[in-house]
Amino acid sequence: MLGRLSWSAIPLDQPIVMGTCGTIVIVLAGLVTLVTVKRWWPYLWREWITSVDHKRIGVMYMVLGLVMLVRGFADALMMRSQLALAAGHALGYLPPEHYDQIFTAHGTIMIFFVAMPFVIGLMNFALPLQLGVRDVAFPVLNSVSFWLTASGVALVNLSLFVGEFARTGWLAYPPLSELAYSPGVGVDYYLWSLQLSGIGTLLSGINLTTTILKMRAPGMGYLRMPIFCWTALASNLLIVAAFPVLTATFAMLLLDRYCDFHFFTNELGGNPMMYINLIWIWGHPEVYILILPAFGVFSEVVATFSGKPLFGYRSMVAATMGICVLSFIVWLHHFFTMGAGADVNGFFGIATMVIAVPTGVKVFNWLFTMYGGRVRFTVPVYWTLGFIVTFVIGGMTGVLMAIPPADFVLHNSLFLVAHFHNVAIGGVVFGAMAGYTYWFPKAFGFKLDERLGKAVFWCWFVGFYLAFMPLYALGLMGATRRMQHYPDAHWQPLMLVALAGAVVILIGVALTVVQLAKSIRERRANRDETGDPWNGRTLEWSIPSPPPAWNFSVLPSVEHVDAYWETKREGAVRRLIPGNFRDLHLPRNTPVGIFMAFFAVILGFALIWRIEWLAAAGLVGAVAVALREFWKTDREESVPAREVAAFEQAHTLRRAPWRASPIPTRGGQSLPSAAACLLQEVSHERG
Amino acid sequence: MDMQVEAQGHAPGVDPHEQHGKRTYLIGLGYALLLTAASFWASSTSLVYAPGVPVLLATLAIAQMGVHVAFFLHISSAPDQANNFLALAFGVFVTGLIVFGSIMIMAHLNHNMMPMDELMKMQR
Amino acid sequence: MSAGEQALHGFSGVALALRGPAPTKVVAGFGFWLFLLSDIIMFAALFAAYAVLSDATAGGPAGAGLFEKPRVFLETLCLLTSSVTCGFGTLAMFRADTRATYFWMGITFLLGVCFLTIEGREFASMVAAGAGPSHSAFLSAFFALVGTHGLHVSVGLIWLIIMMVQLKTLGLEPMVTRRLYCFGLFWHALDIVWIGVFTIVYLGAK
Repeated sequence: MLGRLSWSAIPLDQPIVMGTCGTIVIVLAGLVTLVTVKRWWPYLWREWITSVDHKRIGVMYMVLGLVMLVRGFADALMMRSQLALAAGHALGYLPPEHYDQIFTAHGTIMIFFVAMPFVIGLMNFALPLQLGVRDVAFPVLNSVSFWLTASGVALVNLSLFVGEFARTGWLAYPPLSELAYSPGVGVDYYLWSLQLSGIGTLLSGINLTTTILKMRAPGMGYLRMPIFCWTALASNLLIVAAFPVLTATFAMLLLDRYCDFHFFTNELGGNPMMYINLIWIWGHPEVYILILPAFGVFSEVVATFSGKPLFGYRSMVAATMGICVLSFIVWLHHFFTMGAGADVNGFFGIATMVIAVPTGVKVFNWLFTMYGGRVRFTVPVYWTLGFIVTFVIGGMTGVLMAIPPADFVLHNSLFLVAHFHNVAIGGVVFGAMAGYTYWFPKAFGFKLDERLGKAVFWCWFVGFYLAFMPLYALGLMGATRRMQHYPDAHWQPLMLVALAGAVVILIGVALTVVQLAKSIRERRANRDETGDPWNGRTLEWSIPSPPPAWNFSVLPSVEHVDAYWETKREGAVRRLIPGNFRDLHLPRNTPVGIFMAFFAVILGFALIWRIEWLAAAGLVGAVAVALREFWKTDREESVPAREVAAFEQAHTLRRAPWRASPIPTRGGQSLPSAAACLLQEVSHERG
Repeated sequence: MDMQVEAQGHAPGVDPHEQHGKRTYLIGLGYALLLTAASFWASSTSLVYAPGVPVLLATLAIAQMGVHVAFFLHISSAPDQANNFLALAFGVFVTGLIVFGSIMIMAHLNHNMMPMDELMKMQR
Repeated sequence: MSAGEQALHGFSGVALALRGPAPTKVVAGFGFWLFLLSDIIMFAALFAAYAVLSDATAGGPAGAGLFEKPRVFLETLCLLTSSVTCGFGTLAMFRADTRATYFWMGITFLLGVCFLTIEGREFASMVAAGAGPSHSAFLSAFFALVGTHGLHVSVGLIWLIIMMVQLKTLGLEPMVTRRLYCFGLFWHALDIVWIGVFTIVYLGAK
C-alpha cells in the first residue's frame, strides 16, 4: 500500500537529526501560528503566493535562498567541527554514514537551493526594471518555475524527517549511486528533488532569455542594455543549453535504479565514466550560470558608485559572450585523472586557461572604471572590492589546477575544495550580497542599515579567509575531500583555524538577520523617497521605490546606454501630463504555481518511496491543475489610466534630488548636474 | 500599429509571405522523401565505398534536417529571423559538442581504462 | 534603402531591435522555439549515450540483428507526412478555416498513432525476444533514446487532442492559435529528431 515507506523511515535513533527536525517543526509551527493570528493569510495568498509579478517572485527566490543557506551552513558547521575533533585516533561525533549525508546535502543545497535561487531571484527582480518593461515574457511560467524550485526544497527537507539523503557527494557518481550500492531512498530523494527544480530552472532560463531578446523598452538596442542584462543573457542561454543535459543524465540514472537499465552499472556493459562525462557537461556551465550574473551585479555597482560609466562596455559584452561559449569546452578539467590521456587532457587544460582571459578583461575593466572616478565606499562597494581580491585568488588556483600534472596531485584534495569555495563564496555569495544590498531599497522602499552591512561584510571576508586558506595548505599536505577523520594529528591546528573561520561567517549570517530586522524597524528613517538612493545610472532608478505593479507608467524611450544617467544629465524633468497615461493590462494572479508544486511534491515523494497509486494521483493532479490553467481566458486585469495617473501624482513630488542637490567639488563650487561634477572631477585628477 | 506587429522579428514557423502556403510544405516533402530514400538506399547498397557510408548517411541526415528547418519552420538568415537563426546555431553548436565531445572523450577513456566487467572480476 | 535594410528597418526606418517589446505572438513563438532547442539538447545527451554504449551488447543481440528497415521506412513516412499535414493544418488555422484545421490535424493525429503503433509493436517484440532494456547497456540506450522520442510523440498527440477540444470550445482565440502553432513547431522538431534517430540508430546499426 505504501511502497517502501514504513514507520522505521523516521530516524528516531539519530539524535542530531531528530533535534533538527524538532527545531524545524517548532519554527514552522510558530510561523504558521503567527501568520494565522495576525490574519496575514489572505494578504500572503493574494500578494505573494499567487503573484505573477517578477518583483515579488524575485524576492521569494531570495528568501528561499536565505532560508536554505541556514541549512546548508549548518551542514558546514557540522563538517568543520567534526574535522576539528577527529584527528589521530579520535573519531569525532559524526559517524561516516551520517557524515556522508551531510557533505552531500551541503553541496546539493548550496548549489541548487541557495546559489541558484539567489542568482535567479536577482535576475528576476532586476531584469524587467533595467530593460524598461512591465514584466518578464511569461509571468505565469515564472510563478510555476519558482514553485517547482520550492518543491525541490520541500523534498530535500523531507529527507531529514522521513528516510535519509544520498551519501554519494553532491553529484552522485555511479556506481555508488546505483541501486546495488545505494539501495536506500537517499539517492532517489536527491534525483527527484533536482529533476523537479531543474524543470523550474530550465523554464526560468527560457523565460528570461526571451525577455532579454524580445522585450526591451523602445530604443534599447542590444548595445544600450545595461551590462547586467548582458551577463543575465549569457547565464540564461547557458541554463537553456546545459540543464537539459542534467535532466537527461539524471533520467538515465533513474532508469538504472527504477527499471533495471544499464547505463552506468558495473555489469552488462554499463559505463560509469559516461555519467561523469555527461554530468560535467552540465556542471561546468552551471558554475558560469552562477558567476555571470554576479559579474553583472559588480559591473552595475562599480559604475554607479564610481560615478562613471563602466569602462569598456563593448569589451565587457565580448568578454561575457566569450565566457558563455568557452564555458562549454572545458568540462573535462573536472576529471583529468579519470584516464582520458595526455592529448585530451592537454586540450582541455589549455581551454581552461584560455577562459581566464575574458575574466581578466572584466577585472581590468572594473578596476579602470574605479580609477579616476569618485568612489563612494558603500556596502555594495565593500562586497565588490572583497570580490575582486578573493575571486582573483580563487581564479588563480583554478588556473593552477588546469595544468593536468598539477591536477593529478590536487584532484579531490582539500586544495580543490578551497578553490571552489574561494570562487563560489568570493564570487557568487559576495555578488548576491552586493545585489541584495544594492536593490533592496528599490524592492522595499527603504535602505538596509549601512553599519551592520559593513559588519556582515567583514565577518564574511575575514571568516572566509580563516576558513579556507588553511584548506589550501592542507590540500598540499595531502588531505582529501569528504574525509570524516584523518590520521595525521599535525593537521588539527589548521582544521581548528578553519572552524574558527566558519564561526566568524556564522556571525556574519546572524548579523544579516539582525540587519534585516533593524532596517525594518527603522524603515521610516531610512526611507527611499526618491526612487534613486544611489544616484544610479540605469532605468530601474527612474521609478519610485517600491515600484508599482506595472513598473513604468509610460514605457521609457531609450537613446543611450546608462539611459537614466543621460536623462538626469540633460536635466529632463518628468512632466505629469494626464493625457499621457493609458489603461494598462497586467497579468492576473494565479494559484497554478503553488498547486503544481503541491502535486509535484506528492509525485516526487511517491516515486521516491515507490507508492504507485500516490504517484499516479500526483501526476493526475498536476495535469489537472495545468489543464485548468490552460482553459482560462480572463488572464489579465486592467489598471485604469486614472489609477496610474493618481499613483504618479502621489510620487512625483519626491523626485530627482541628485539633480537638485549638487555634489560639491573639491574647489568648493557647486555644479548643476552630476555629470558636470564628474567632468570637473576628472579634470581635477588630471591636474 | 504596423511597427508594433513587426517589432523584434518573426517567430519561427510563421511564414510572413504566405502566398506560397502549401507549396512550401510540398516542396519540403519532396526533398525530404528524396533524402530519406537516398539514406535507406545508401545503408544497404554495395555501390558506395563502405567506410564512407556513415559520412554519406550523416550528410543526408543533416541535409534533411536543413530541409525541415527551412521549409517547415521557415527559419532563414533573413534579418527578421536573426534571433531564431542564432538560437538554432547555438543549439547546433552545443549539440555537436555534446555528441562529438562525448564520443571522443569516451573513446579515449575506453581505450585507456579497464572495462568494468574485468575490474569487477579483479575484486573477487 | 536596400531591400535588406528595408527588411531590417521596416518602412518606418527604425531597426527591429529598437522597436520596443514584441507582440505576444512573437514572444510566445520564440520562447517555445528556445524550449524546443533545449529539448533537442536533451536528445543530444541521449544520442551521445547511445553512441558511446552502442557496442556494449554484453554478449547479447546487437542492432543489426534486431532492426527491420522496412518497418523503419514506414515509420519515417508516417512522421514525415504528418509533419506536412500539420503544416497544412496550421495554414488552415491562419486562414481561419476551422473545418480544414480539424481535417488536417485529424490526419496528423492518425499518422502519429500509426507511428506509435508500429514502434510499440517493435518494442514489444524485442522484449519478448529477450532483448529488453535490462539486458545490456546498448539495449538500455536504445530503449531510452527511441522510447523518449516515442514519449514525446505520445505527449504531442495528447496535446493535439486538447488543442482540438480548445478549438471547439474557445474558437479561434489568439491564445488558441498561438498554442496550435506552437504545437506545429513541436511536431516539426520531433520529425527532425526522428531523422537523427533513424539515421544513427537504425541505418547506422552494426
